[in-house]
Amino acid sequence: MNEALPLLELEGLTKRFGGLAAVNNVSFKVQEGSISGLIGPNGAGKTTIFNLITGVYKVTEGRILFQGKPIHDQEPYKIACGGVTRTFQNIRLFKNLSVFDNVYTACHRSAHYNLFESVFRLPNYWKEEKILKEKARSLLAIMGLEDRQDINANNLPYGLQRRLEITRALALDPKLLLLDEPAAGMNPDETEHLMKIIGEVRRMFNLSVLVIEHHMDLIMGICNHIHVLNFGCTLADGTAESVANDPKVVEAYLGAEEETK
Amino acid sequence: MDYIQGIAVLIGINLIAVLGLSILTGFTGLFSFGHGGFMAIGAYVSAIVSSRLDLPHPIAFPLAILAGALSAALISVFIGKLTLNLKGDYFCIATMGFGEAVRIILNNVNYVGGARGWANLPQFTTWWIVLGLCIVCVVVTWNLINSRQGRNLVAVREEELAAQMAGVDVFRSKMVALIVSAALAGIAGALMANYIQFLRPTMFNMAKSTDLTIMVIFGGLGSISGTIAGTILLVSLPEVFRNFAQWRLVIYGLAVIVIMVGRPQGIMGGVELTPSGIRKIFAARRAKAKLDAELKAAEQGEVA
Repeated sequence: MNEALPLLELEGLTKRFGGLAAVNNVSFKVQEGSISGLIGPNGAGKTTIFNLITGVYKVTEGRILFQGKPIHDQEPYKIACGGVTRTFQNIRLFKNLSVFDNVYTACHRSAHYNLFESVFRLPNYWKEEKILKEKARSLLAIMGLEDRQDINANNLPYGLQRRLEITRALALDPKLLLLDEPAAGMNPDETEHLMKIIGEVRRMFNLSVLVIEHHMDLIMGICNHIHVLNFGCTLADGTAESVANDPKVVEAYLGAEEETK
Repeated sequence: MDYIQGIAVLIGINLIAVLGLSILTGFTGLFSFGHGGFMAIGAYVSAIVSSRLDLPHPIAFPLAILAGALSAALISVFIGKLTLNLKGDYFCIATMGFGEAVRIILNNVNYVGGARGWANLPQFTTWWIVLGLCIVCVVVTWNLINSRQGRNLVAVREEELAAQMAGVDVFRSKMVALIVSAALAGIAGALMANYIQFLRPTMFNMAKSTDLTIMVIFGGLGSISGTIAGTILLVSLPEVFRNFAQWRLVIYGLAVIVIMVGRPQGIMGGVELTPSGIRKIFAARRAKAKLDAELKAAEQGEVA
């Protein structure tokens, strides 16, 4: 692991909504190939940080560097195309489309034909569409959704909807995957299964993961590095053991509010 | 026969405009109540080209249609830049204002007849031209929707934020939808002007814009075959009941209400009446049934 070149770096990140500082002077790094965790009590500013990284919110102060380049003033879709994709706390699928079409749509960056070529169905259209279809199929197969590809996304059971959302995010060939409470509403069995999937995805697609989670077993089980937030400020930063043993963290989060869910 | 053909021409002209609106409303999820305005621009610009420029016949008409489509598209770029960042209902209200503004401006331009109207335009539009253009427009719309650009439009309709996170340039996608829909409305306006040979700004009032939107919703949002069915039914309905005089518009209204209450998703409801479209419905049902059976089996296994 190259300590000198983090994949993602937040520098003194601040986001104010009116007078409220939802995120206050937060700095941390995500190393290439790592799984990092972002934890904190409800309202600590975790999802706000995700929204800042993906460009949904504009940064008030500070910088976000992805592969050494600032991305905080870019359009959200450009950040996504540049290699940062995410899932949502409250699942956001293309509900009325089939499982296949959800992934097929998200694969659009892998095809290179223009509007003229699609309207007149020129040879390039057919060639590139074939590539897209194959890519969507292979992604669904890897994620174990190929049996479900014809179902409407909103008819899927909850766990599979989460998995489909991750699959859709993978369709953009991201370098960094942001998962916002992927295990929310899951039982321990499903959570364990999810942990396995996240680990496999990271290995197979050679990417880094930053995950927000309240399930401590999931976070402690898979994260190399954990960043703890409380009221928008950094509380602790380090390995799973060092964070779990930090008295401040125990007081604010693990001890005082056992099982914040 | 002439009468039937006349209705067919009207259906064809409306179909072209409604197809465009179907892309914008049915597939991209943007409601517009100002497409009468784009039709008006297409109609008046094409009428100027075909009747004021003294061009020889074989070039005048194609040029008039082209000018109608391009001018409507050009204005839509301007309108889009101003309004496409508006969310939900606000965009709808802005388009309504645009449609009314076009009508009121035309009322005051004496060069094109003002509020009195503009008569004695040449009749270039024939049934065969309308039929040909309809086929071209259906094919173009179909190809657009079934491409990566078209799927991006649907993604924007389904979940704008998620579309953005999937790398879709939402603003550009909306712009493409608006430009194509305005161009098609422009073509429809051009055909109309050169068919009925008379133009008046009130022909393109808000009722006209609403009519177009109703046809899209009646046929079913997100379905091209639904759009075609909806247009054919709703344009011919008042003609079929012409004997009932003033009651025919009541019947029209009743038909719309019955569909909206009984089948809110429209006649086709997002489904395409094509072999692959029908296969898709059955595949979805089969896969759902299989999933339900497996989940049930798993549940029973746990209980046992």
